[in-house]
Amino acid sequence: MQSTRQGTGRWTALTGIISVVMLLIATYMAFVYAPTDAAQGNAQRIFYVHVPMAWLAYLAYVVLFIGSVGYLWKRNQTFDRLARSAAELGFLFTTLVLITGAIWGRPIWGTWWQWEARLTTTLILWFIYLGYFMVRSYAGEPERAARFAAVLAIIGAIDIPIIHMSVRWWRTLHPEPIVINTGGPNLPDSMLLTLLVSFIGFTIFYAHLMLQKMQVEMARDRLAEREADFLMRPVGRSKNETTYPTTGREVTGASED
Amino acid sequence: MDDNLGYLFAAFAVTWLMIAGYLYYLNGQVKTLREDIEDFEEQAAEGR
Repeated sequence: MQSTRQGTGRWTALTGIISVVMLLIATYMAFVYAPTDAAQGNAQRIFYVHVPMAWLAYLAYVVLFIGSVGYLWKRNQTFDRLARSAAELGFLFTTLVLITGAIWGRPIWGTWWQWEARLTTTLILWFIYLGYFMVRSYAGEPERAARFAAVLAIIGAIDIPIIHMSVRWWRTLHPEPIVINTGGPNLPDSMLLTLLVSFIGFTIFYAHLMLQKMQVEMARDRLAEREADFLMRPVGRSKNETTYPTTGREVTGASED
Repeated sequence: MDDNLGYLFAAFAVTWLMIAGYLYYLNGQVKTLREDIEDFEEQAAEGR
């Protein structure tokens, strides 16, 4: 157990260091190395942060979906921890993709926001994440909250392919994918390389945040489990008399693994 | 076309500020958890 914790700690530190180095390089490349776009000027450089944020919003949802299916199937707390950690990060990155998109849209489209397919379906994703936290907060008993939230996350997964395909299915202001398409990436090599470094840096950073958040959630579950065990321990006064002590602390959840 | 540097800096600044805010929030969670563990250990020692 101790060695597992040390191993996780090492991975957390390693992913933290690598991601910081890669993101510093990516920022330098975005501002200095990548050429200025002829049509959009410097606003196009927002691309190097906006696209990785969109990828992480998707990735977090895929992890949330896996955690939710796993929890409903196995009823194992590790899956629930995975799901709630991914949901928190997904909410952060979906917020960021919406904000950076709005900042990019203002100089290029002349507006912060348009009710068009890609933007609207991404906003729906943001509300799904928000709904997930509301269900967890208001569904009462922790096991029930985890179950209801998992069902919501599984139903909400339908929004991910809709977001991705929205630019092909409907006429939108948002451009079609220029990296992942049938004819190969439609970008100069220097722009593609900058995007790739940014992508990898942010993905490793996501892994770092997931490891940190999972450790916090695991410690929280262990504490709740120990509190529950403590409250339920029998305190015998005589052979035929048993009472249960109280600590005055509320027990908020228990781990099953 | 105007070079839009303000928008570029705004996008990067918002991204890094929000990520920094999240790291601060995560750090707060670790601190609260540590305090909860200490409280529990004290109460458990008293109740033993």
